Amino acid sequence: MQIPGFLLLAVLVVATALGVVLLRNPIHAVLLLSINLAGVAALYLMLHAQFLALIQVIVYAGAIAVLFVFAIMVLIPGKEETGPDPLHAQRWLAVPLVGLLLLEVLLILRSSAFQAGPPAPGAPTGVEPLYRLLLTDFLFPFEVTSVLLLAAFVGVMALTKKKAS
Amino acid sequence: MVPPSYFVALSAVLFAIGVLGVLIRRDPLIIFMSIELMLNAANLALVAFGRAHGSADGQALALFVMAVAAAEVAVGLAIIVSIFQLRRRLSVDELSVMRG
Repeated sequence: MQIPGFLLLAVLVVATALGVVLLRNPIHAVLLLSINLAGVAALYLMLHAQFLALIQVIVYAGAIAVLFVFAIMVLIPGKEETGPDPLHAQRWLAVPLVGLLLLEVLLILRSSAFQAGPPAPGAPTGVEPLYRLLLTDFLFPFEVTSVLLLAAFVGVMALTKKKAS
Repeated sequence: MVPPSYFVALSAVLFAIGVLGVLIRRDPLIIFMSIELMLNAANLALVAFGRAHGSADGQALALFVMAVAAAEVAVGLAIIVSIFQLRRRLSVDELSVMRG
């Protein structure tokens, strides 16, 4: 009974992803990207990953999309793809190559290893198993992530700072 | 109940679209958004597999992928902005100074 909802979300997500890739104007691409990310958040909800859906909306649609919009404001792009294209012949090769990749992945999916039945009965729901895991098995990566975010923060400050001289 | 393999197939399609964007576009911003699409596809597959196996490991990994993606976008956009300030033009094909 959830299949129609899933198909609706899948069509929305794929259509917005194609829009991100194919549209000329980066602002339109950012808007479609946030719709796409919200759609993926809804898919997380269908997978009973409520915490991830929330984080997806806050971090991606909230922070990353805004960051992209600010970058577009600073860069005033839109004229990058009008000049001569040195790789024009190679660029059209990309479409059949991507088709081949997709075919390959879908063929692997059809093999027996991924024919999982219904979800396992003890499947976790809610936030509690996730944060228990984060503070036990994944404690070290969790702490390393904080160092990574600090390094990224300092690196961005250093990169964008105007030279004093 | 939607079977998890549907979600994995959808994530494969999203990943392929992201690869297409990286291959055919020249605007670094759009390439970055395509990379975000690919990271999201990987996250979706992780969560779907975690659901299929009845453990929260997939969700924990997806959380780390999100943190790394946020750091990557911040640093990447800063690099793009400083390249733009240096050259006043943005096309990934022209940035071949460091080619060997």
